[in-house]
Amino acid sequence: MQPFDNMQLRGCMNTDRIEKKILLRAPQSRVWRAISDAAEFGTWFGMKFEGQFAPGALMRGVIVPTKVDPDVARKQKPYEGKPVEITIDRIEPESLFSFRWHPYAIEPGVDYSAEPTTLVAFTLAPLADGIELTVTESGFDSIPLDRRAKAFAANDGGWTLQMKNLEKYTSHAQ
Amino acid sequence: MRNSSQHAAREVQASAHLFAALGDETRLRLVISLSDGGPMSITKLTSGSRITRQAITKHLRVMEQSGLVKSTRHGRESLWELEEQRLVEARRYLDTISRQWDAALLRLRDLVEKDNSSPNS
Repeated sequence: MQPFDNMQLRGCMNTDRIEKKILLRAPQSRVWRAISDAAEFGTWFGMKFEGQFAPGALMRGVIVPTKVDPDVARKQKPYEGKPVEITIDRIEPESLFSFRWHPYAIEPGVDYSAEPTTLVAFTLAPLADGIELTVTESGFDSIPLDRRAKAFAANDGGWTLQMKNLEKYTSHAQ
Repeated sequence: MRNSSQHAAREVQASAHLFAALGDETRLRLVISLSDGGPMSITKLTSGSRITRQAITKHLRVMEQSGLVKSTRHGRESLWELEEQRLVEARRYLDTISRQWDAALLRLRDLVEKDNSSPNS
């Protein structure tokens, strides 16, 4: 079964936001823990954070290579350890978790602190057969076009590797 | 090396949503005109349009600020042209972030559903 059957790409008519939905066949408390616990969040998100999430907290983390594929992980090694910061926005238990950050903020020597952030929000909705998780990242229209161009150029290798990760998942899909 | 106008028109169509987000039909029309016709003066952009030269200039300045168009001095007038590469990059940027989320959510699903399917859960 194609894993993308239960994922929808929204946002093709709206350039300010990306919205994703996925059905997770697990209890709401399990999904919530995977999102709101900093250590668990890090394992699938691909970053390791210091400390725990709390509203308003500035979290410092580093990129860690994926555990999906050892070949891909080896190629991601240049990004390993790169620092990333996120600022927690809202935490509404078992329902909503959101943070702000600078997407693609890994160009060395650049001070991103004055640049606009995007808002990433996870919302959990119980359905009959599981939890529908919606992720919305918004605020892209505020990001200057030349910043986007530089970010893309700097990260082309990394994102190609993400695509390989994705292929690994889809080829192992049940 | 300039793209052919056919290629440019395709890129503009593909990027139409980018301009929809700018929230202004006039700007979309300006982009289409510029992609078809290459560098153009405001006079040329205004001709045949109900919109005033002043209004078109204002739109172009806004678009210039965000890097979508650029102007070069040509004699007494400025010529405006589309920064096609910017459009391509802006779209690619969103596409790659989108794919990154797809991959991350599959990893999340793997994590939570694996626990759920274990015999002891």
